[in-house]
Amino acid sequence: MPIWEGGCPMTEPILELSGVHTFIAQHHILQGVDMAVLPGRATVLLGRNGAGKSTTMRTVMGLTPASKGGIRLDGEDITKARPYEVAQAGVGFVPEDQAVIYSLSVEENFRLAMLNENDDSWKRMDTIFELFPALKKFWRSKAGVLSGGQKQMLAIARAFVGDHKLLLIDEPSKGLAPIVVDQLIDSLNHIAGHTTIILVEQNFHMASHVGSEYFILDDGHVVHQGLMEALVDDHELKQKYLGIA
Amino acid sequence: MTSQTASLAGGEKPALDMKQVAFWVVAGGIWLLPLIWIDPTIYMVLTVAGVAMGMLLFLTAVGLTIIFGLMDVLNLAHGAFFAWGAYVGFTILGALNGLGWVETGTLAQSILSVAISLAVALVVGGLWGLVVERLIISKIYGDHLKQILITVGASMIMAEIIKVIWGPNQEVMLVPAAFTGSYDIADVVINKFRVAAIVVGAAVYTGVMAVLLKTKLGIIIRAGVENREVVQALGYNITRIFTGVFAAGAALAAVGGSMWGIFREQINPAMGEENLIFALIVVIIGGMGSVTGSFLSAMMVGLAFNYVAFLMPKLALGVNILIMAIILLIRPWGLLGKE
Repeated sequence: MPIWEGGCPMTEPILELSGVHTFIAQHHILQGVDMAVLPGRATVLLGRNGAGKSTTMRTVMGLTPASKGGIRLDGEDITKARPYEVAQAGVGFVPEDQAVIYSLSVEENFRLAMLNENDDSWKRMDTIFELFPALKKFWRSKAGVLSGGQKQMLAIARAFVGDHKLLLIDEPSKGLAPIVVDQLIDSLNHIAGHTTIILVEQNFHMASHVGSEYFILDDGHVVHQGLMEALVDDHELKQKYLGIA
Repeated sequence: MTSQTASLAGGEKPALDMKQVAFWVVAGGIWLLPLIWIDPTIYMVLTVAGVAMGMLLFLTAVGLTIIFGLMDVLNLAHGAFFAWGAYVGFTILGALNGLGWVETGTLAQSILSVAISLAVALVVGGLWGLVVERLIISKIYGDHLKQILITVGASMIMAEIIKVIWGPNQEVMLVPAAFTGSYDIADVVINKFRVAAIVVGAAVYTGVMAVLLKTKLGIIIRAGVENREVVQALGYNITRIFTGVFAAGAALAAVGGSMWGIFREQINPAMGEENLIFALIVVIIGGMGSVTGSFLSAMMVGLAFNYVAFLMPKLALGVNILIMAIILLIRPWGLLGKE
């Protein structure tokens, strides 16, 4: 059954952005972003450097607030919500720079992510250790001693333990070796089976293996959207907006 | 903690740091060095006095190091919170003395008198902290120059309010009966209030470290120091948490002031500014933001002061400056501060 008809989703979106404008200092980064993300899917934001992908994530989180437009989460207006309110509403965020807390142990990083620390959150750790076994080995070590790939795994796993209805993950493959990227793809596909994901990704290999839908941003607004399986074969579109031959 | 975490207790542990071991061996050697010139009994008397003084210095400085280290706020109003704690303690002890609890009270009444005065000082200091953080500090996060200027201004206003309420003159602080005099244990004479100072200082250190290292709040605070944005994105209202941290720092300063007032048996409106210097020295030696660093630094200053005062009385007053100068030359970031 087609989920897109005339450019509009047929089911209620979990996240909806309408005419969102965002400035960073005097720079007009987002220039009217319109986007509807469906629940239970893995949606990828694609585009060249500076297109506004990461700013879109930060704007949704309230870290770089929108100056104009509206953002709705499950129908609730979160345009003016503060970052902690967006997180409490069920949105998890893995920023581009991993942002694990180096001075805390791996265990403490997980406890930090458990907003409501209870038995359910600890039960989710079993799944996390299956997905990221290295984290169990370094459980008591400071997160600062982990390798780049392990830090990225910790950042993603930390967001997963929070039991969010929507996960925003910004460039998880950045700086990682291809073999680690492949492990990450498996893990993200597992997580995508439990929650809605929005992924910002420059690595098209990862984007196409995780995402089911996509949005392409260019110059601060959405220029194309659709199903990932169609984009994989659309060489002209990939060449035009992503620079992929 | 659940069984899940317990089962993970066997995870990889960091290797023993030989540099730290060497540091502690050298520190222990320096500590025992005065025994070459001092009789062991006198050495014990001086050591207890030094530890007690160190605890009082720690109580003076702990709030400052928490506020600076965790929130990156240069709070020069710290001395004013300290002075307010002393005056609140003075008022409470005066009121309890009216009930016969202080100068003529039993051991239990003496302990209760100190406990109540410290508790009220804690609350008043915390309230002052809330007011100062909300009205002033919250608007100047990240701007050290403004923090210095504005907190000095706040300090002056708070000291003037003390003069308005309690008068500009020096006042005599009552000492509860059970804390006057000394214990004599095998010729080692120990002032009774010094024992109380050691107990309170150790309790505050243990409490602060327990909160920081063993509680969820401590994890959030430590994470907030490193990356405030991530902590917010994980669902915590870091602004509210940091307001609480500032209030806690101010409250601890007030407890320190109350204890210091009883120890010195006198208070005056300028005592905050005088003790701010000691607090700054302790924090600089210990390393900005390190509670354990401030604890060790305070002990070092307290012990060195007492040993040097016995061996070379004229040098005693300058010994803390000397220690600070040496530490700044060897480790400019302090004993346990971050480089």
